[in-house]
Amino acid sequence: MTALIVASAGPLTSVQDAGRFGAQRYGLTTSGAMDRFALACANILAGNSATTASIEIGPFPATFLAWDGDVRIAVAGAGRDLRIGDRPLPMMQSAIVPAGERLRIGPARDGVFSILGIEGGVGGTPIYGSLSVTARLGIGSPFPRPLQIGDELSVQAASARDERRLDLSPPVAAPIRVVAGPQDDEFTAEALRLLFESDWRVSSASDRMGYRLEGPRLVHTKGHNIVSDGTVNGSIQVPGNGQPIVLLADRGTTGGYPKIATVIGSDLGSSRRGGPEKS
Amino acid sequence: MTATFPRILPCGDAALMFEFGDTVDEAVNAKVLALDAAIARAAIPGLIEAVPTYRSLLVHYDPLAIDFATLGARLWPLAENLQAATGRRRCWRIPVVYGGEFGVDLEAVAKRHGLSPDEVVRIHTSGRYYVAMLGFMPGFAYLAGLDARIATPRRDEPRTMTPTGTISIGGVQAGVQCLAAPSGWNLLGRTPVRTYHPLRDPVFVIEPGDAVAFYAIDESRWHDLDLAAAEGEPVAELVPA
Repeated sequence: MTALIVASAGPLTSVQDAGRFGAQRYGLTTSGAMDRFALACANILAGNSATTASIEIGPFPATFLAWDGDVRIAVAGAGRDLRIGDRPLPMMQSAIVPAGERLRIGPARDGVFSILGIEGGVGGTPIYGSLSVTARLGIGSPFPRPLQIGDELSVQAASARDERRLDLSPPVAAPIRVVAGPQDDEFTAEALRLLFESDWRVSSASDRMGYRLEGPRLVHTKGHNIVSDGTVNGSIQVPGNGQPIVLLADRGTTGGYPKIATVIGSDLGSSRRGGPEKS
Repeated sequence: MTATFPRILPCGDAALMFEFGDTVDEAVNAKVLALDAAIARAAIPGLIEAVPTYRSLLVHYDPLAIDFATLGARLWPLAENLQAATGRRRCWRIPVVYGGEFGVDLEAVAKRHGLSPDEVVRIHTSGRYYVAMLGFMPGFAYLAGLDARIATPRRDEPRTMTPTGTISIGGVQAGVQCLAAPSGWNLLGRTPVRTYHPLRDPVFVIEPGDAVAFYAIDESRWHDLDLAAAEGEPVAELVPA
């Protein structure tokens, strides 16, 4: 049976699709690809529907071996050097990894996460309609954890068809767009002005739960505790230290810090707007 | 500035918050749960899922199928005609091993209130609770209805880890926790019940709005019940309200 075998991978490599919906009311987070646009691109290039389960690759290099069949793939998201055997492959271009050959994916040159789309997707058993891995909870499929060396992913043998390429205009260095609220009334007018006018750095303590931003202090008017309410992908919560955190795919479903604004869906993920460094 | 409730707040381009208040209040929570039920009945196209909390209902929607204003216009009439959901509540009976290594704070809670540990257990098991919300982590049920005689503030120093199935008290709230997690609440006991079990169908057994009651079991029954729960038995009993 055709398989893709993990020959090397960094710690942030996992199976992700569009995420798990319907159980946030029970406290189960959605997870799903950090960069939904890259997920859609990689899948469509590989010949799938936009939300098919794929492999999300963190900033480190990774290598995959096609086994017992040719495998069609495409990579989108953060830019990287790609090689099949010793032949270079551009991003945003589908190609076949012949049986017995390796796909080598270099470290991310810009951004953090890339998506490896595979024709036919990754096989597994969905929970709430999703294979997405939530490492913290030990769930996801076919492995309930990030991928490790030696993992074998069941995939389909490549079909006979033309390869696909997607030419997009280069990413724009534009501000991330947000909608104010739901708790913008818990902040000073100065805090809102600073949110919009400051340059924000993404802290190295960022992960799939959230991006911690470093910049000027955003001051609350009524303290930093609210009665917990629901969070969304993109909620910008501000804890007591005044440094905002953009809640992302693996976020907690509820939270007790005021949320000054919310990043809109199309600006989440790093591949099109240069990451949430700017607000 | 004082907010007037209810109100609708935007949460980006794919969710809105229907907010009934900004405090922990059973009357406010009852409205949240009633709107949650009304929305489920209304089957609004483009609505993805709703997340009830103590004071608000977060509604996730597909912005390509329905917009903020249209969804808001659908929700207002539902919110103005809420029916109390209390009549249809079902009740889960949850077995608990109290005290000892299963509930390391039982003695301290008893001492604080001038009660014996047995009296704390009797008060905790004679209470009738309901699930105000689930959140923080999968299957963590926040319960309203704790007897004021055993309400106990959170610990000054939260524990970095508490065990699976922890039954605890945080202020006036009671909790049923599924997974091991950090917690500042006071630990009374443990239940073998898995409120969340990713390999079981159904994955979750307790709904927001359900009633909950606890009963004490002997430590000698822990092993068998824990094994049954691990294999997918509910272990909690469902009884009519």
